[in-house]
Amino acid sequence: MKEDKGSHAYWKATLGLLTKILIIWFVVSFGAGILFADMLNNIKLGGYPLGFWFAHQGSIYIFIALIFYYAKKMGDIDRQFDVHED
Amino acid sequence: MDLQTTIYVVVGLSFALYIGIAIWARAGSTSEFYAAGGSVHPITNGMATAADWMSAASFISMAGLIANMGYGGGLFLMGWTGGYVLLAMLLAPYLRKFGKFTVPQFIGDRFYSKTASTIAVICLLTASTTYIIGQMTGVGVAFSRFLNVSSDTGIYIGQAIVFLYAVFGGMKGITYTQVAQYIVLIFAYTIPAVFISLQLTGNFLPQLGLGGTFSGTDMSLLAKLDQVVTDLGFGKYTTTTAGSTLNMFVYTMSLMIGTAGLPHVIMRFFTVPSVKDARSSAGWALIFIAILYTTAPAVAAMAKLNLHATVNTAVKAGGDLYATEASIKGDARPEWMKRWEKTGLLKWEDKNGDGRIQYYNDKTKNEAAKGKAEAAGWKGNELTVNADIIVMANPEIALLPNWVIALVAAGGLAAALSTAAGLLMAISSAVSHDLVKGVFNPNISEKNELLAGKIAMAVAIVISGYLGLNPPGFAAGTVALAFGIAASSLFPAIMMGIFSKKMNKEGAMAGMLAGLFVTLFYVFAHKGIFFIKGTEFLGLIGGANPFFGITPEAFGAIGALVNFAVAFLVDKFTKEPPEHIQHMVEAVRIPRGSKMVHGAH
Repeated sequence: MKEDKGSHAYWKATLGLLTKILIIWFVVSFGAGILFADMLNNIKLGGYPLGFWFAHQGSIYIFIALIFYYAKKMGDIDRQFDVHED
Repeated sequence: MDLQTTIYVVVGLSFALYIGIAIWARAGSTSEFYAAGGSVHPITNGMATAADWMSAASFISMAGLIANMGYGGGLFLMGWTGGYVLLAMLLAPYLRKFGKFTVPQFIGDRFYSKTASTIAVICLLTASTTYIIGQMTGVGVAFSRFLNVSSDTGIYIGQAIVFLYAVFGGMKGITYTQVAQYIVLIFAYTIPAVFISLQLTGNFLPQLGLGGTFSGTDMSLLAKLDQVVTDLGFGKYTTTTAGSTLNMFVYTMSLMIGTAGLPHVIMRFFTVPSVKDARSSAGWALIFIAILYTTAPAVAAMAKLNLHATVNTAVKAGGDLYATEASIKGDARPEWMKRWEKTGLLKWEDKNGDGRIQYYNDKTKNEAAKGKAEAAGWKGNELTVNADIIVMANPEIALLPNWVIALVAAGGLAAALSTAAGLLMAISSAVSHDLVKGVFNPNISEKNELLAGKIAMAVAIVISGYLGLNPPGFAAGTVALAFGIAASSLFPAIMMGIFSKKMNKEGAMAGMLAGLFVTLFYVFAHKGIFFIKGTEFLGLIGGANPFFGITPEAFGAIGALVNFAVAFLVDKFTKEPPEHIQHMVEAVRIPRGSKMVHGAH
C-alpha cells in the first residue's frame, strides 16, 4: 500500500510540473504571440514590436528553456520519490 | 574555379562524407537497425533529430513563406518548435521507458489489440509516404537548379545515396549521417544570413540584426520594412495575420501537436540510453532547430527589404517610392536577377514600357497606394518572385563568394536527404516490425526480420523515388495531410495511452478513426478525395473554410479534439482495460527499470 501511495504522489507531482510548464508554453506562444500580440506591439524591444518578437523569436527561446527546466525538475522529482534510474 | 565546378566539388564532398559514414556504421542486429543499438548520446541524437525534422521545406521554402506572410508566418516558427515542448514532456520519455522499436507497437501493446496497432501502421504509412514525396521532389529541385542536371537524374542520385546508408546502416547509419547533414545544412543556412545581416544592419547576429537599425538610415529595419511595404500597397509586415486570429491560433496548435505526433521524429528518441536522456535530448534537438528557426525570420525580413531596395532606390535614400527615377532601369538590373530569370523563379515584364522595374502590389485595397501608382503611370506589378528565391539566391544577392553558393546547394540536399531517410526508417520499421513480425509471422528469426527490414527499406526507396518522379498532382497539399494525420490520430492515442490508465482499446480505436475521418473529410472537401481534382465537395459542407473560417491545413487540432471526445465517450460505455495493462501504464510512468530498447512482444 505504501508503494501505491508513493507512485500516486509521484504522478501528482509530475502532473503539477507539466501543468505549470504548459501554462507558460501557452502564455508565450498563443498568448503573447497571437492573442495579445496587437496590444504588445505598442511596446518596443529594440527595433522589435514586442508581440511580433514573441511570434518570431521569443517563444522559441522560452520553449528551449522550458524543456531544460522540465528535464531538471523531473530529475529532482524522480530522486525525491526514489524512482530514478541508476 | 567557376561556380558550376565549385558546386560539383562541394556537393560531391558532402556525398562522399555520407557514404563514408554509411560504410563505417553498418547495422548487424535488429537493435542497431531499428534503434542504433540504443546508445546514441543525447546531444548527438538532438542534432540528428534536428536534421531529421528540418526538411527541404524548412530549408528552402520557409523563409520565403515568412517573407510573403509577414507576422502571420510566425505560426510556422511557433508551431514547428512548440511541438517539441509537448514531445519532451508528454510522449518521448514515456515511450523510451516503454522500450520498444516502433510507435504502432506501443499503441498495439498498450491497447492490447492487433487491430489498434494496424490502424496506427496505416496512419503512419499514409503520413510518412505523403511527406516523403515532398522530400524527393525537393532533392530533384535542388539538383536541377544548382547542378544543371535534370530533376529526374537528381532523384536517381538521391535515391542511390539514401539507399547506401539507410539500407545497410538502418537507424545507426541514418543517425550519424544526419549529424553530418545537420552540420552541412546549418552552416549553409547561417553563413549567408550573417553576411546579409552585416550588410543591412551592421550586426553580425541575424537574430539581433532583425531588431536593429537599417544601415544608412535612422529607422529600425522592421519599421523601414513596414513603411516600404505598406506604401507599396502590401500588408504591414509586422502585423498581418494568417487569416483570422482564430485561424492562426488553431493552425499553430495543429502544427504543434502534429510535430509531436510524427512517428519519424518520435522514434529518434528510442535511440538514447535512458529516460533521462530522452528528456534532455528533446531540449538539445530544439536548440539545434532554433538556430535555423530564429535565423529564418531574419533572412525573410532582410531579403525582402533588400529586394525592394535593389529595385527601388528610394527605399534606402528615402523620398518618394513612386518617383520615376526611383525605380531602377531594367538594363541596369543586377546579374543575379538575370541568372535566376533563366530558372523561371524570377520574372520581369515591362508592362508600362518605360524600361524600369516597378515592384508593388497592384491588387491592393489601399486606396492611397492605388492612387499613387496610377498617378505615376504604373500599369501593374512587373516583378514576379518565387518564394524559394529568398534562401537560394540569398548568397548571390549579398554578393558572397562561389563557395557559399555551393554550400547552400549542399545544404538544401542535406535537408531533403536527412528527412527522407528518417521517413524511410519509420516506414520500413512499421512494415518489417509491426506488420511482418507483429501480424503475419511472429516467430520470424532476428536475422530474417533484419532482412525484411532492409527489403522494406529498399522497396520504400523505390516507391518514394517513383512518386517523386511522377508527383501525383497533389504533392503541394500533402505535407498538410501528414501533419493533420499525426495530430488527429497518433498524438491523442499515444497521449491517452500514457496519461489515462483507464483508456481501453474500444475508446482508443474509435477515437483514432473518428479523428482521422473528420480531418480527412475536411481536407478532401477542399482538395478533392485523395487529392483527385474535380472530386472536391465543398458544396456539401457549405463553401470554403466552413468551420469558423478554419483552413484545411489548420484542421488537425480540431481532429484531435474529436479524437479525445469520441475516445472518452466510448471508453465510458465499454469495459475497463485488463489489470495487467493498468500495471503496465504505471510502469511506463516511472523511469526506474528502463532497459535497452528491444523488439520482443
